[in-house]
Amino acid sequence: MEWLTLTIDGREVSVPKGTTVLDACRMNNIPIPTLCHAPELTSAGACRLCVVQIEGMRNLPPSCVTQVAQGMKVETQNPKVRNARKTILELLVANHPLDCMTCQKMGDCSLAEYAYDYGVTGTVYQGEKRCLPIDDGNPFILRDPNKCILCGKCIKACTEIQGKSILDFSFRGFDTQVGPAFNLPYNESDCDFCGSCVSVCPVGALTEKQMAGKGRPWEVSKVQTTCPFCGVGCNFDLNVKDGKVIGVTSNPEVPVNGKALCVKGRFGMDMIYSDNRITTPLIRKNGELVPAEWDEALDLVATKLGEIKKTYGPNSIAALSSAHCTNEENYLMQKFMRAVIGTNNVDHCART
Amino acid sequence: MAENQRILVCAGTGCASSGALPIIDILNDEIKRQGLEETVTVVGTGCQGFCEKGPTLVIEPQQILYTRVTGEDVAEIVSQELVKGERVERLLLVDQATQKPVSSMADIRFFSKQHRIVLHNCGVIDPKKIEDYTARDGYKGIEKALKGMSPEEVMEEVKKSGLRGRGGAGFPTGVKWGFCRSTPSDKKYIICNADEGDPGAFMDRSVLEGDPHSVIEGMLIGAYAIGADEGYVYCRAEYPLAIKNLGIAIKQAKEAGYLGDNILGSGFNFHLKIFEGAGAFVCGEETALMASIEGKRGMPRVRPPFPAVSGLWGKPTNINNVETWSNIPHILRNGADWYSQFGTEKSKGTKIFALTGKVNNTGLVEVPMGTTLREIIFDIGDGIQGGKKFKAVQIGGPSGGCLPEDMLDLAVDYDTLTQAGAMVGSGGLVIMDETTCMVDIARYFLNFSKKESCGKCTPCREGTTRMYEILDRITKGEGKEEDLDTLENLAITIKETSLCGLGQFAPSPILATLKYFRHEYLAHIHDHKCPAHNCTALLSYSIDTEKCKMCSLCAKNCPTNCISGDKKTNTPYVIDVENCIKCGTCMDKCKFGAVSRA
Repeated sequence: MEWLTLTIDGREVSVPKGTTVLDACRMNNIPIPTLCHAPELTSAGACRLCVVQIEGMRNLPPSCVTQVAQGMKVETQNPKVRNARKTILELLVANHPLDCMTCQKMGDCSLAEYAYDYGVTGTVYQGEKRCLPIDDGNPFILRDPNKCILCGKCIKACTEIQGKSILDFSFRGFDTQVGPAFNLPYNESDCDFCGSCVSVCPVGALTEKQMAGKGRPWEVSKVQTTCPFCGVGCNFDLNVKDGKVIGVTSNPEVPVNGKALCVKGRFGMDMIYSDNRITTPLIRKNGELVPAEWDEALDLVATKLGEIKKTYGPNSIAALSSAHCTNEENYLMQKFMRAVIGTNNVDHCART
Repeated sequence: MAENQRILVCAGTGCASSGALPIIDILNDEIKRQGLEETVTVVGTGCQGFCEKGPTLVIEPQQILYTRVTGEDVAEIVSQELVKGERVERLLLVDQATQKPVSSMADIRFFSKQHRIVLHNCGVIDPKKIEDYTARDGYKGIEKALKGMSPEEVMEEVKKSGLRGRGGAGFPTGVKWGFCRSTPSDKKYIICNADEGDPGAFMDRSVLEGDPHSVIEGMLIGAYAIGADEGYVYCRAEYPLAIKNLGIAIKQAKEAGYLGDNILGSGFNFHLKIFEGAGAFVCGEETALMASIEGKRGMPRVRPPFPAVSGLWGKPTNINNVETWSNIPHILRNGADWYSQFGTEKSKGTKIFALTGKVNNTGLVEVPMGTTLREIIFDIGDGIQGGKKFKAVQIGGPSGGCLPEDMLDLAVDYDTLTQAGAMVGSGGLVIMDETTCMVDIARYFLNFSKKESCGKCTPCREGTTRMYEILDRITKGEGKEEDLDTLENLAITIKETSLCGLGQFAPSPILATLKYFRHEYLAHIHDHKCPAHNCTALLSYSIDTEKCKMCSLCAKNCPTNCISGDKKTNTPYVIDVENCIKCGTCMDKCKFGAVSRA
């Protein structure tokens, strides 16, 4: 691998060829604010918050899309660069509702974090603000276009993670919005509600509806687990407050799925507390399902299966397994049918 | 008269909109009626450049120009000019300096001071006839290239000519071609950027309307040099005549064997299509333009990769604008040395400007690079309308800047204008006099830029709106001194951090006016006065009772009935300032100069 040497804020560092200036900075623990950049998505270079000064380059190039060149001299914190970033943040805040106290994103909002870092007051530019209707028509995602900073990450997540391309920009300039085609609400579009858009939103424009009002980020502990819904084995973080799961957030560090999840994994965990959950085996007695002990239930199944096999042969029995089970559980299921029962009659709910 | 004559009637968009098209039919009828059809031909040409005086027509070979011609003038022109050889004086141009009518184009400074290379055929040939183009050495350039030059030699010739991109940035054309040529690929594209969008600029439209084959020939030569076999002309849909004439030209060029496969038996293939843009200014930016052709939202993307490496459909692509392409055939036909004799050391050739605003002669003018602004405005433009005082010239459209009187002797080329805080841009040249408010001008251009911002990057999307709002407040007398610092900081940040040229140059009108006309900003802020008496909110009207004859004309015409007075009771007329909407009607109507504005 070819290595390039550059100077960042007077410090000489070496990075592999092809590294962006942003990554070079982050590899060396030099903080650069970003809003439209996400490692798992292609870079748009749109928010312009990551601008730096590079000797010999015109203007202030965005570090997220500028590749390192040998001998490059980068300044990331000089007054000119910090002033440009502050001005950009002031511009964003000037067109952003300042209802942070009640915003679900408070404590996890990149805009708020950078505004604090850069001493943004929100009073420099007084003028027009967007006033767009909130998309509240679905059970999963709350979309507040007035909080949108138009970083475009949700659009890229929809296209590049989920492959759906439901979202794009519409209108122009100050009137630009993000949304499904024809400005339809999510529930009237082809949206799968995978929530990838929510997972990349740096502000409170896209939030998990189920978690609204249930806890602040600093009150929540995140417990990494494997999704029980199917055998893919996606990992995510259960958001736990006071011993109760209040929702799910995806974790970019997990190896199977990264930030991607499906609607069940991201928004289906409320089933944990469902009243309809079966908590003991049930045996039908006189036409009615009656709770039973595990021993009694397993004995009954073994006896019945044994009788059927003896009377009608092993091929009179078939097993239908569930996508809800893990791969290992499904493996055991077919092994049991083939080795113990002696039939190949196995099938799976997700096969069709 | 025995001599064969041609009547060239301008049928460009400008003259067509002032009624030129019916004149062609009326002329033909009248010529037939007077039995002159054997010796006189009527030609509908592209733009002759003198739009404000349109419809215009030129009698050849004498080169007599008639202006503001109507259908009713036709019979007189035919019987007087064509039959008797005498001028119809009332239709001749009046020279503002001598106040005398001038007839010959050689004596009209608007034409005599120009040097037409790109506009060589514009207004002279029928753009719908390929034979008119070939009769004036058309397609000789590509023939020369295909029959005796290697692609490298063609590229070197263009490099040597010193031609720089006429779209605004002024990048050396031959060098740009070289980037695309040297990228290995099985497929390459070339594009003609005809998404001309600057307010007041119409040189590209006029070239496409009046001489479409020159653009096709330029593209053919470029495609040969670069190694491309397919091209697009991206033309805004608001240019229907340009699209129509170019479409006809492409069809004719195909039929004549200049477009298609195995062109002129050389084995070189080139196919050309027109793509109509949907009207976004930002699509003139090359990456947004390509996104638009690909069917995507017209938004710029970050560069690199540059189009020469990864352009249309991911293939190496070279984009030049209409005027650039149209220069190419002339360079090939006459040689780089011939071309580079025109212009300055670093800016070669000529540039077309769209001269508009408060100048006597407005229209399309082509001058060698290095011509001074004074020559353009006071010689070609014949000075300021109504004898008023020149204040500023706005160059380069929404991306350009305003230059004051003491910069009039600046030789116009890419580098001097950029140094002065303006830019050649696409070549819009708006002349302003003492009645133009410079804060309002900046506000006007910012209104344009904010509406045309694509919304992708933060500084341009949010910043242009905020700059506009601050300017709007200043023109209403609500500005504060610190607004100027805010404006300056914002302008510099937007310039330095925006993604594409639209954002990077959107603050130019502000930065240039703050540099040269700061006193006007301060007058609005401190004194609540608009020195040009232009900003309505800062005006006040009053009636001088000494001069008022109590004729009541002002009161009768006041749309808000806020003027009262009575002659019978000898009550002088006064304006109720509270209800006055400052429309100025009273001032216009008063015959005694009793109404004054401050």
